[in-house]
Amino acid sequence: MTVLNNLDADASLVAQPAIIGRSLRQIAWLRLRHDKVAMVSLAVLLFIILIAAFGPLISKLIGVDPYDFNSDLISDNGGLPNGKWGGVSLAHPLGVEPLTGRDILARLLYGSRISLLIAGSATIITVVIGTIVGIVAGNSRGKLDSFLSRFMDVTIAFPLLLVIIAMSPVLEQRIQALGVPAGNPSRVTTVILVLSVFGWPYLARIVRGQVLSLREREFIEAAISIGSNNRRIIFKELLPNLWAPILVYTTILMPALIGAEATLAYLGISVLPPTPTWGSMLEESVGYFTVDPFYFFVPLTMLLAAVLSFNLLGDALRDALDPKSGRT
Amino acid sequence: MYRYVIRRTGLMFVMLVILSIVTFLLFNAVPTDPAALTCGKSCSPAIIEANRIKLGLDQPLYMQYIEWIRGIFFGRTYGSGSQTFECSKPCLGYSFRNGTEVTELITNALPVTFFLAIGAFTLWMTAGIASGIYAAKKRGQWQDRAIMGVTLVGYSLPVFFVGLLLLIFVVVRWNLLPYPDYVSPTKDIVGFLQTMILPWIALAILYAAYYTRLTRTQMLETLGEDFIRTARAKGLPERVVVRKHAFRAGLTPIVTSAGLDLAGLLGGAVITEYIFSLPGLGRVAIGAVTEYDLPTITAVTLVAAVFVIIANLVVDLLYMAIDPRVRL
Repeated sequence: MTVLNNLDADASLVAQPAIIGRSLRQIAWLRLRHDKVAMVSLAVLLFIILIAAFGPLISKLIGVDPYDFNSDLISDNGGLPNGKWGGVSLAHPLGVEPLTGRDILARLLYGSRISLLIAGSATIITVVIGTIVGIVAGNSRGKLDSFLSRFMDVTIAFPLLLVIIAMSPVLEQRIQALGVPAGNPSRVTTVILVLSVFGWPYLARIVRGQVLSLREREFIEAAISIGSNNRRIIFKELLPNLWAPILVYTTILMPALIGAEATLAYLGISVLPPTPTWGSMLEESVGYFTVDPFYFFVPLTMLLAAVLSFNLLGDALRDALDPKSGRT
Repeated sequence: MYRYVIRRTGLMFVMLVILSIVTFLLFNAVPTDPAALTCGKSCSPAIIEANRIKLGLDQPLYMQYIEWIRGIFFGRTYGSGSQTFECSKPCLGYSFRNGTEVTELITNALPVTFFLAIGAFTLWMTAGIASGIYAAKKRGQWQDRAIMGVTLVGYSLPVFFVGLLLLIFVVVRWNLLPYPDYVSPTKDIVGFLQTMILPWIALAILYAAYYTRLTRTQMLETLGEDFIRTARAKGLPERVVVRKHAFRAGLTPIVTSAGLDLAGLLGGAVITEYIFSLPGLGRVAIGAVTEYDLPTITAVTLVAAVFVIIANLVVDLLYMAIDPRVRL
């Protein structure tokens, strides 16, 4: 007994500067918390997501509506907003649109919802399909792998924007035939689908490459030798090692899809007017750049803030998750 | 090595066949009746039936595909009896909407897209690689941070935005250049350059941002290698170390991206051509989509995809030239 007690005492002496075992996840989070840029980006993103989520509520509280025409607030000749700064007033904190006099703040809030809904859903679908196909291809040797890889090659070879533009009307008809109401519900579904259907092979390639190198490692061999089935290997052994690249890719994908939606809005194949998105607001306001610059800066600032924050967060995540960079 | 080249080329042809089948099915196995699209809204069923037989649309789908492919290699004859129409090889189909052969539409548009892609490519590769190397050499200093900040904004902007802004400022506001109106360089070289300079810059800004980051990452990785220390130790001038040792070693991913991006652009820079009203492949595609001109959409998609497939092969073969460590 005494010997054991002594040992305990010794151990407590030695372990004075407590060495805490940290998982990779904890290390990454610790690094991220010390990264000021990452934290600011995260705060900006949370803010944008919150105002998008509570957009209708905020609009109601301020008393603005995205679809109300205010012809009394715009000048009779030329249709530009009355007053400086594009008609900024207490009732309309971000001014009103030229020609229609619709409130810009309300349109921005409602637009954020649709932009984030489209980009977010497309990101989730892309990541899920990309991860599943990537793991299946990488984990299965032989015919299935080469079939899936060739399939990805062919999909990637297609001119993305062209096929999206060409397929959208056809796909929309099919979606309406399935019972989705015509107009914006079917439009939004179409945009989400085309963006994800042609977007997943890029992630699947990355995941497949990772799986190819992971499956030769000792711990997979160990898992096989203790009789783990395929499901256990995929979910318990492979996936935990894949989440770092997938997470980084997700943060890069999201801003790319926000930009893609804006581009589709510019070409007129995203949501139908008068429903706003960041892209459609930017597209409408660009023409007024010289006469009503404030109108144009509002959606631009919002879009840039979201896209930049995602990109910066992605960079920070890549650094934080990289096991090669020095541990803190 | 020759065996690898032959095998890789063979694989490319298999991919091309798959690609042509997918493209054909994508646009021809649609719920809409292709024959009904051959004439305007006031169109009698008799004319539609006549056109259906004339274009061979009464045949089963696989026969249509075989005819289509045969047309590309040997040319084909539409209709029969007195009303025949010769479409010489390479025949990509007949566009009823434009009343011309699709091949003619494409061969007219290809030079425009080609000049646009090559010019922008030269600009962005020069700017991107130069600033990437510079940023890597000044790692962590203010020059590096400034370049990284600018590129982050550069690739966060939506594609259409940079082009529209350039157009509004340089052409509309400052009157520095005439409104873009494409002329062939052999006819009027000054007018050609005046039209192309803005699209070149618009495209180059987006791509240069990406290539700056890519070059910088590659340079930082190779500059830390032992052979760089050796090169410096044996007294080589820094210029030679950077260019011949560090840059050369990190060239592979840059070449991969460059080849695929250039090929993607050759298939039509849809947005840029649309903004600057350049009569290139992208414009043909947009026009075909809005008019639902199926033969043209199919052909443009196929041409664009073929460029990407060929670029894939060229990039793979270039690896051997760039990186002597690659033994195949």
